[in-house]
Amino acid sequence: MQTVLDQFLNFEIMAKALPLLMAGLLVSAELCAAVIPLGLVGGLLLALATLSKRRAIAWPSLVFVEIFRALPPLVLLIFVYSGLPFAGVRLTPFAAVVIAFMLNNSAYFAEVYRAGIQSIGRGQWEAARSTGLSQVQTLAWVVLPQAVRNVLPDLLSNTIEVVKLTSIASVVSLGELLYAAGMARSLTYNASPLVLAATIYLVLLWPLVRLVGRFQRRLAA
Amino acid sequence: MATPVAAPLSGLDRFLDTFFNPTVIVRYLPDLASGTLVTIGIGAATIVAGIALGLFLACLRVRRIRLFDLLIVAWADVGRALPPLVVILIFYFGLPSVGIRLSGPMVLFLVLSGTLSAFAEEIFWAGFTAIDKGQWEAGRATGLGFTTTLLHIALPQAVRLALPPLVNRALAITKMTALGSVIGVSEILSAATTAQSFSASATPLTMAAIAYLIVFLPFVVLARLLERRFAWKKA
Amino acid sequence: MSPNRPMLEIVALEKRYGDNVVLRGVDLRVARGELVFVIGPSGSGKSTMLRCCNRLEEPTAGDVLLAGRNICTGSSRDLDRLRLEIGMVFQNFNLYPHMTVVGNVMLAQRKALKRPAAEAKAKSMEMLQLVGLAHKAEAWPAELSGGQQQRVAIARALALDPKVMLFDEPTSALDPELVGSVLKVMKDLKDAGMTMLVVSHEMGFAREAADRVVFMDGGVVVEEGSPDEIFGAPKAERTRAFLSRVSG
Ligand SMILES: Nc1ncnc2c1ncn2[C@@H]1O[C@H](COP(=O)(O)OP(=O)(O)OP(=O)(O)O)[C@@H](O)[C@H]1O
Ligand SMILES: [Mg+2]
Repeated sequence: MQTVLDQFLNFEIMAKALPLLMAGLLVSAELCAAVIPLGLVGGLLLALATLSKRRAIAWPSLVFVEIFRALPPLVLLIFVYSGLPFAGVRLTPFAAVVIAFMLNNSAYFAEVYRAGIQSIGRGQWEAARSTGLSQVQTLAWVVLPQAVRNVLPDLLSNTIEVVKLTSIASVVSLGELLYAAGMARSLTYNASPLVLAATIYLVLLWPLVRLVGRFQRRLAA
Repeated sequence: MATPVAAPLSGLDRFLDTFFNPTVIVRYLPDLASGTLVTIGIGAATIVAGIALGLFLACLRVRRIRLFDLLIVAWADVGRALPPLVVILIFYFGLPSVGIRLSGPMVLFLVLSGTLSAFAEEIFWAGFTAIDKGQWEAGRATGLGFTTTLLHIALPQAVRLALPPLVNRALAITKMTALGSVIGVSEILSAATTAQSFSASATPLTMAAIAYLIVFLPFVVLARLLERRFAWKKA
Repeated sequence: MSPNRPMLEIVALEKRYGDNVVLRGVDLRVARGELVFVIGPSGSGKSTMLRCCNRLEEPTAGDVLLAGRNICTGSSRDLDRLRLEIGMVFQNFNLYPHMTVVGNVMLAQRKALKRPAAEAKAKSMEMLQLVGLAHKAEAWPAELSGGQQQRVAIARALALDPKVMLFDEPTSALDPELVGSVLKVMKDLKDAGMTMLVVSHEMGFAREAADRVVFMDGGVVVEEGSPDEIFGAPKAERTRAFLSRVSG
């Protein structure tokens, strides 16, 4: 038992690693601040594109969505980070993560928005258009507010997934939370920094996970 | 951000040579193929175990036994809040020093199926709670026991409701087998990165992307069709 | 525009979905201040005709003229402007659930007519007063009865000062005891001189308020006349059959 505690819950090591992990957390936060808005906006545009009446827009967008839903984000990241340099495109780890996430997240968020927009009945479109609102105005003032409200739980849970996913940035040596923890582990030969990182993720994300559940129940009611 | 270097070949040739080099493809196809089998194997095991455990937990929760409820909810919450990669690293690097030595594939399987079970439990549970109370009452009123009502009346309806989100979630988690490359599981991605460093070419990464598309694209499309079918039913 | 030119003219209107011909040359005129009442069996194309009048459905052939202007030509920008002049009331209300009652009435005034907020608000309150719901201005659609929701929908259309109002079975989603309140608003509108094209099954209302009744079947106008003529002495066999069916 003592060895287990020593190995996983060594408070001394945790205390020493804490500053390093906090610096990592800051990088994670920066990463989230970049990729979450990009995903939300990119996803919306992509969703609108897949719903376009023009086939030449809708079909390619749909293919884009399917491809990036089928590719693991880590594969995308490795491809962008260590594949593109062969073509002369050399990116910083941060830029590589942002690009890979942009592709992956847009596809996932697009699906969420799409479901939301499709959940709004034709009557709402017709009522708005019959009062002289243009297509864009109808979308902006009548359809999207309702659509987003309907899929709020999914938007939030997708956002949680994005936050969790930032941990894979450690693979390309971006100094975020998990990278910092892994670093501390290899310096101390002790898993406690990793457990500390897990705890930090848990403390930050658990309330959001609860919140999703509450939203879902409220919408179902 | 990007720093283009001088191109000795013409644009397209260079592109093809970098990402679709035939010699490299032929040389590393067997490695990628066996990586694909590993991915499929671990993925399939993850889906079966994760969904089975999730379903079991959701059924248990229907019983409304306080202590179990608490434990199940805790499991589901933690499983949904933790990034799998963190847990994978803890298992892989932490456990050996307390005398538990698990292989890379085993760690990957345990963590991913655990994660999936957390999501699956919540999805099934949502399905159960969406079923009208009258269904249970009708079952019990016609003399069926709790378990029979659960299995024959509630469960089929819950599974129906759960199917589209479950397929999507199972896919998302199965794709995470790529995380195995971090702990040396020789699945698609690690076969590709190894090949990449030996061949000094980006072609193996392209092969990996194609391999993933071959394995996962059919399921992505299937998930969409499922969703659409269920959406029609609702309308 | 000459004063005796009809407010709304439907000329040789045709609509088909693939092989399914729904409207086969409908001709109909609605004079300024007139209430024309349309009846006909289910599937006869009443809704389709109404929806062609503001191009929620695109006519396959034929024209619709509003005060002499053809609405079937012109850009989508023109169409949005024309739609301001054509109010429409739907069977299932279609209120925006994420906006309060007054928000519903204000939206198109603000965004399409670009009225200043204060003016739009004042106009909305005036219209809500007209339909007897000023006290519900801050309520949410979900808090209203069906009859109240439909009156809000009418206020929403009226707030844009339309030249014509189209009604597609405005009372058929309502509980019987709520129908009266909506019909009363429609009668008031008629008395105030609004031009109205109404698809409905409320024959009593037609007798009381309609200037003309039109019977449609199979995508054409079979017969039209005053309420007394149509209900009292229908000429066409199909009209007789329909009326004896609905009056039971
Ligand atoms: N979008 C569409 N696609 C194909 N067919 C359509 C479409 N909309 C209407 N129809 C067909 O057009 C015909 C006329 O429909 P319409 O709704 O105008 O009838 P209606 O007279 O309003 O009937 P009701 O009294 O039931 O409302 C119907 O046979 C219907 O099946
Ligand atoms: Mg109709």
